[in-house]
Amino acid sequence: MLNGFMQSRLRGLIVLALILIILPAFLGNPFHYELATQIAIIAATVVGLNLLVGFAGQISLGHAGFFGLGAYFTGIATGTYGWSSLPALVVGAIAVGFIAWIVGRPILRLKGHYLSMATLAVGFIIAIILNNERAITGGPDGMPVPAFEVFGWELSTFGQYSLFGLEISGVQAWYILASVVLLMAVWFALNLIESPIGRALRSVKGSEVAASVVGVDTAKYKSLVFVISAIYASVMGSLYAHFQGFITPAAASFEFSILFITMVVLGGMGSTFGVILGAVVLKLLPQVLADFQELETVMFGLILMLTMIFMPTGLLPTLTAVVAKRMRKKSGGEA
Amino acid sequence: MTALVEVKGLDKAFGGVHAVEGVSFSVEAGQVYSVIGPNGAGKTTLFNLITGLYTPSKGQILLNGESTTRLEPNQLAERGMCRTFQQMQICMNMTAIENVMLGRHLQLKSSLFTTLFRLPSLRRNEAAAHKRAADLMEYVGCGDYLEAEATAMSYGALKRLEIARALAAEPKVILLDEPAAGLNATETAALEELIGKIAEQGITVMLVEHDMKLVMGISDRLLVLNYGRVLAEGTPEEIRENPDVIAAYLGG
Repeated sequence: MLNGFMQSRLRGLIVLALILIILPAFLGNPFHYELATQIAIIAATVVGLNLLVGFAGQISLGHAGFFGLGAYFTGIATGTYGWSSLPALVVGAIAVGFIAWIVGRPILRLKGHYLSMATLAVGFIIAIILNNERAITGGPDGMPVPAFEVFGWELSTFGQYSLFGLEISGVQAWYILASVVLLMAVWFALNLIESPIGRALRSVKGSEVAASVVGVDTAKYKSLVFVISAIYASVMGSLYAHFQGFITPAAASFEFSILFITMVVLGGMGSTFGVILGAVVLKLLPQVLADFQELETVMFGLILMLTMIFMPTGLLPTLTAVVAKRMRKKSGGEA
Repeated sequence: MTALVEVKGLDKAFGGVHAVEGVSFSVEAGQVYSVIGPNGAGKTTLFNLITGLYTPSKGQILLNGESTTRLEPNQLAERGMCRTFQQMQICMNMTAIENVMLGRHLQLKSSLFTTLFRLPSLRRNEAAAHKRAADLMEYVGCGDYLEAEATAMSYGALKRLEIARALAAEPKVILLDEPAAGLNATETAALEELIGKIAEQGITVMLVEHDMKLVMGISDRLLVLNYGRVLAEGTPEEIRENPDVIAAYLGG
């Protein structure tokens, strides 16, 4: 039975859930929880981006734009207009999905560098709008965002809550919420990849010609995955806005877009759990490198370069391959 | 019998070069119809035009009486046309069997909602598609690769896998572009048998091929192209005795 469980297609998800459950044992203070929550939110965004980049083989260098739009939609709807959080999140996701569909139709006809440039431009335009529409967004100074609230129940990072009789702080409650959302994001992504739709998406990367002659409408599927990944970004942007309590146009910035893409490439394109590892590493790296101060950026670049040269398939796929090789050698030696 | 595929006055020019010029012919349902000719005669261009990868400069293509001249490849697949490629088009980021299951794309419509929650109906359809794909892999002779990644397969096996993928789409007509290229004698014999089996099922086969022994043995009719134009058309016997064909091939 244990064997059957390990063979299950959801074993990765179960392992991730166990890690998220055990992790609090190692989180000593509120700052650790805050970092873990941020990582979970970013990781879920990157899982969505990986559907586009890793599985369908398209690229987006402007994905922070959709993240920023989600964040600002939530900020404006809940802060300025007093909406409840969930409707703001859902309507924001639909609106961002629609925007992605509109811009995606023309630009997804492009390939390679041209698509990179076009998505880069989309990200820039969104960031510029958020910077310039001072009256609505607060401009470069940003805007405050109220605490997450559903049906009158408020989840604030400064609050105190009880869960099954256990006293927990606001950041701990946020950690739980972000973990659940991350698990859902991963579950949806896994279900999507292992389905007829997922095969069609992967075939667009594998061979667009082959896909089209067996009836896959490649333009439609590129558009679909672009919209799905934008919705992932929007939803996570909304949560991020509530969690941070304050947003600036940096949420939609070019640097943030590049960070997302780097997480995908570093962790392993087309590996859902790999890109989560990528998010963890790239969010923790600045903490570890804090001692190097001015050399931080150099170290960051160096680590990236070395990874690209020695682990072109990404961290997790490389590690898995190494472990599998060791196991084979071992069993071969015994036989 | 009515014509399943009909080509009328087809023309394709790349710049000033006419790759295909004034080509007309018709293929009846159930036939094995081969297109032969020297290198550069326009055979693959003709296939690319018929399957919608290229748009003709002039002329018309009819599938089952319907004009398909401006349709995309995926729309042609919906109408029962599928093909393989001279330069194989296999998704190397997928397993062997997933490549064949991809061929079931049009038969496997499921909503995004069903997919995201992996509802039982999707699981049932996937299991059925997996079974069907496995059967097809046995049928074309790559049953040894049921568990394999596409990257782990030999050249000959990949060629057969491509045929299995096309068959998975349940086509009315299947176009094979040089299926025997790069195969040894044994593999070619197996391929000939496979094409025979496919034709027996009632699937119309169109073939571009250089292996004359294979083509002459298996075809009901042949079209000979030379410099983009039709040199001859007829049964294997007629073609074999046609002086123009002999001249083009032997340079006489």
